[in-house]
Amino acid sequence: MDTTSCDPRYYELLEQLQTLDFALVELNLYLDTHPADLRSIQQFNQLTQERTRLAKQFQELYGPLQNFGRAYSKCPWEWSQSPWPWQV
Amino acid sequence: MSTQPLTSQALNPQGINPQLPNSEERFYAPFRGPFDPCPPILCKTYVVPPQLFLGFQPPNLPQFSLPEALRFGTLWPALFSPYSPQNRGGN
Amino acid sequence: MWIYEKKLQYPVRVGKCDVRMAKYLIEQYGGADGELAAALRYMNQRYSIPDKIIGLLTDISTEELAHLEMIATMVYKLTKDATVEQLKEAGLGAHYANHDSALYYENAGGVPWTAAYIQAKGDPIADLYEDIAAEEKARATYQWLINMTDDVDLMDSLKFLREREVVHSQRFREAVEILKEDREYKRVF
Repeated sequence: MDTTSCDPRYYELLEQLQTLDFALVELNLYLDTHPADLRSIQQFNQLTQERTRLAKQFQELYGPLQNFGRAYSKCPWEWSQSPWPWQV
Repeated sequence: MSTQPLTSQALNPQGINPQLPNSEERFYAPFRGPFDPCPPILCKTYVVPPQLFLGFQPPNLPQFSLPEALRFGTLWPALFSPYSPQNRGGN
Repeated sequence: MWIYEKKLQYPVRVGKCDVRMAKYLIEQYGGADGELAAALRYMNQRYSIPDKIIGLLTDISTEELAHLEMIATMVYKLTKDATVEQLKEAGLGAHYANHDSALYYENAGGVPWTAAYIQAKGDPIADLYEDIAAEEKARATYQWLINMTDDVDLMDSLKFLREREVVHSQRFREAVEILKEDREYKRVF
């Protein structure tokens, strides 16, 4: 077990992110079949903004969420560090 | 072999309150043969979830709060299908 | 191109060391109506479907990969510390002989995944009806899995996955309606 997987704040922030991202998945699928629903597009865009902010905060604390140039890294290379999602 | 109509009593061997039926549950009585070797399952259930009835989702449906949406697995109460573990045949 | 995100879609907790449940859960990993089959089915059908439906197939397919990772997480957690004895008792002796505690794309009976589980007919209605059926079959599988566990934590994640099948089925049904209504483009000779 490493330090991250014992940190209650990690789970708290992770769940906040999962909550926002889930609403975005739901709205995304809905908009795939309802492309002219302006109100839902506005909600999607607003949640995207919140998500971007939260993901930035999460990544500063716990390392990159995405690879291939979608997030910055400290030294040593953070991407390949544990924990992986199925381990926590 | 029973030919009597299925009363709510007969349909609720689990003692589910008939005032609060799970509206997604449907029941049927499997055929009972005279030489069936095992004790019969009198009543079987299946689920008819909301996507069978909703049609094309109308805009502006009420939404769960975002934490609720994650818990329930959908953003919209109209699409939420509750499911609890059941014994085979609901008995 | 796909970008991996280092998090689960939904938190997966396993509260009970019930190794036998791992054997059953593998049905949704490498079974005919499992998450791998779903992801590959939709991701492949999208190349020959009207443009209006491509986004939906892409997105649901991608979400299925997230569900595959959730099932893998459950199986991983249930088997990582299991002894050979426990694996044998759980009916996973044959699995151990071939794979140790590695995951494998097979169904609950140990039959390896095959592309024969999925279809791409090239007819949009036939393909979407297959997709609706696949979601209903996966929903039923989750019901049987929920019936087989008394671990409330595991049940919680399985209920989430079951509900996603409901939503996906809804969207595929809407896709059929979109194709039925689409009279925008008249055939021009």
